[in-house]
Amino acid sequence: MVAIPHGDDHGAYGDDKPGFFARWFYSTNHKDIGTLYLIFAIISGLIGGYLSLMMRLELAEPGIQFFENGHAYNVFASMHGLIMIFFMVMPAVIGGFGNWFVPLMIGAPDMAFPRMNNLSFWLLPTALICLLISFFVPGSASGDGFGGGWVMYPPLSTSGSPGPAFDFIIIGLLAAGFSSIFGAINFITTILNMRAPGMTMHKMPLFAWSVLVTAFLLLLALPVLAASLFMLFTDRIDGGTGFFDPAMGGDPEMFQHLFWFFGHPEVYIMILPAFGIVSHVVSTFSKKPIFGYLGMAYAMVAIGVVGFVVWAHHMYTVGMDVDLKAYFLAATLVIAVPTGVKIFSWLATMWGGSITFTIPMQWALAFIFLFVVGGVTGVMLANAGVDVALHDTYYVVAHFHYVLSMGAVFGIFCGFYYWFGKMSGYLYNKWLAAAHFWLFFIGVNVIFFPQHFLGLNGMPRRYIDYPEEFELWNQVSSAGAYITLAGVAFFLIMLVEAFIRRRPASDSYWGEGATTLEWTLPSPPPYHQFNTLPRIEDTDGH
Amino acid sequence: MRLKRLILASSTAFFALTSTAFASRPTDGGWWLQESATPVMDELTKLHNFVFWIIVGITLFVMVLMAWIMFRYSAKRNPVPSKTTHHVGLEVAWTIVPIIILLIMVVPSMRLLYFQDALPETEMTVKVTGNTWNWEYSYPDYPNIESFISNPLEKEEADAKGVPYLLATDVPLVVPVDTKVKVLVTSANNLHSFAMPAFGIKMDAVPGRINETWFEVHPGKEGTYYGQCSEICGVFHYKMPIEIEVVSKAEFAAWVANDGAFTETVASLGGGSATAAQE
Repeated sequence: MVAIPHGDDHGAYGDDKPGFFARWFYSTNHKDIGTLYLIFAIISGLIGGYLSLMMRLELAEPGIQFFENGHAYNVFASMHGLIMIFFMVMPAVIGGFGNWFVPLMIGAPDMAFPRMNNLSFWLLPTALICLLISFFVPGSASGDGFGGGWVMYPPLSTSGSPGPAFDFIIIGLLAAGFSSIFGAINFITTILNMRAPGMTMHKMPLFAWSVLVTAFLLLLALPVLAASLFMLFTDRIDGGTGFFDPAMGGDPEMFQHLFWFFGHPEVYIMILPAFGIVSHVVSTFSKKPIFGYLGMAYAMVAIGVVGFVVWAHHMYTVGMDVDLKAYFLAATLVIAVPTGVKIFSWLATMWGGSITFTIPMQWALAFIFLFVVGGVTGVMLANAGVDVALHDTYYVVAHFHYVLSMGAVFGIFCGFYYWFGKMSGYLYNKWLAAAHFWLFFIGVNVIFFPQHFLGLNGMPRRYIDYPEEFELWNQVSSAGAYITLAGVAFFLIMLVEAFIRRRPASDSYWGEGATTLEWTLPSPPPYHQFNTLPRIEDTDGH
Repeated sequence: MRLKRLILASSTAFFALTSTAFASRPTDGGWWLQESATPVMDELTKLHNFVFWIIVGITLFVMVLMAWIMFRYSAKRNPVPSKTTHHVGLEVAWTIVPIIILLIMVVPSMRLLYFQDALPETEMTVKVTGNTWNWEYSYPDYPNIESFISNPLEKEEADAKGVPYLLATDVPLVVPVDTKVKVLVTSANNLHSFAMPAFGIKMDAVPGRINETWFEVHPGKEGTYYGQCSEICGVFHYKMPIEIEVVSKAEFAAWVANDGAFTETVASLGGGSATAAQE
């Protein structure tokens, strides 16, 4: 993919930034909104990280040390999940990097609907405030906050949590859901209509492809979540509906089907953009174009499509018909095929390349390997028979943290270090970044690898206290949390140092390997870019 | 002290892999599935181990391949990158080979699923009801045994009795060995899940529904088995353990004849924690 370089004359862009308040609060500029999303994701990540650190502190030894009771622990576990998913990972990969780099990569001046973009962002802090309020208002008879897990299964989320805490969560998640739906509409419109002349779908960078697939998943999955949240809401009203109440002819399992019809695509919503980011990073630092570009793009489409028809593999123990389980078992295994295509295509991209082990490349390599580890335990869990032993144990916790805490989050940091210079205009300190990477890499592995053992040995999830047989691996796991915390500290120090030192980044500071359009612009890009649209030359190679 | 525990734990875990030592609860520092006591768990363990070696193989393959690529194609050793971006044979291969591996896996996987899920002719039935936060057991086949509630023990009680806290209960569910037992699971309010790792069963307790599962404990595997509630159900989710006392058929008959209470002799045969009696 070759682009006509832009003119170097900054003045030609009319770099007329508005004043501080108008720029950051009324912002309709995709880059500023992207920055707001990233700052928001960092703040949410720190809140969610604090919640998980408290859980690991509690679980470091048997007995109840820090929490008032099991409910308080459940509140932390539930909110950790909700905050990390809806307010950290999604805003970072879709709102943050998507807003920043989809228009730049496809050669568009901005998103299709800038004002809707602004609305998308500002719904999120509102939503987060609702969730934070829920901590401090009555939840159940056992205390404040909602302790029903991020899955919010009734009856625990209806008759089991009569207080207003869960109503705040419903309102917050509805707001976050609409934010994502608006964002999805914006991305689909932008990508389908605003690509630079000559950029056909099959020449579009893989990150834009990943965001396009993700946006379709959001558009189809989130309305289902919104509907099921609304049904919970009306079920909770005294004398209200009984969708999920067996006493009124409803069925609590119906909620689980609705929830996972959203929940499983949601998993791919979090990981697909990370796939896109990692593809660019692997290609850049191998100095080679992506291997099997079309296969990579359509593997993501396949994952997105199949992701909609596997939801009940989260529900193997609810008492489903055996033939239904057999179907979900087979369908789930199918997902391993396109995922394998992606893994091997990344390896083939590196094969024959000239690899430099920069910080983003380290995150990408770690991502690929750890995603394989998380992926293969997913294959284990897909086997409905074996899942009976592992369902709702720490094996599942280990599995989904390998694909999220090491998959999605490593993808986020990979993109962050790849594009940090482009977004801020400054270079980060390599040693601080390396310390962040290694502490984080070791830390998360020490946290989550032993949790496979706990799960195999039978330790159930969402337990504030456990029999002493589980002590050893819980101790190890908690030690990993402290290492990860040190890694997070280095991340923050790295940020502060970079903004104090202000080492300027050049336009294309990764050199010849970085070929997408954002590298043709200055770092940071001008306030308005591509006043003259770039033209993509007709070439055969990708 | 922790190091000693670690060494101890890793060596026990190693032997747990190879030996057939009897275990009816989580192993200290254990890192493998609990010892099986039923045909279903035997098959489950076999399939787990089969899939385990496949996924370990895949992971090692990717790891070694990555390490080789990182070594061979580092900028130092390979300053000029190739421009290859397609190889149809390779792309077909890495689509077909995973499909073949999955097909090899899916056959035993389906066999286990249907073995587990298709209820055989069972010889007796127990009904399990999840409450907040304890389990209620009843024996529909034996109307003389009143349904009873199995409560968790507090830490002091458990320590005094020498039974494991958060696993032991005041009254266990009693079932005979070598008998196909149907388990009906339901719930009075919130969701719960009735799980017994050594039996390879886990079945959600859902209000308004009665779910079924089954187990048959191998002859010679009499003893006390522990499991825990496995679906979040509120403040005491961590504290509604499941204890099953597996006794010989003769002892079970005596227990039933005695309206669900152990006599002195049976109690001494039945093991340490089976001393509690029903009114």
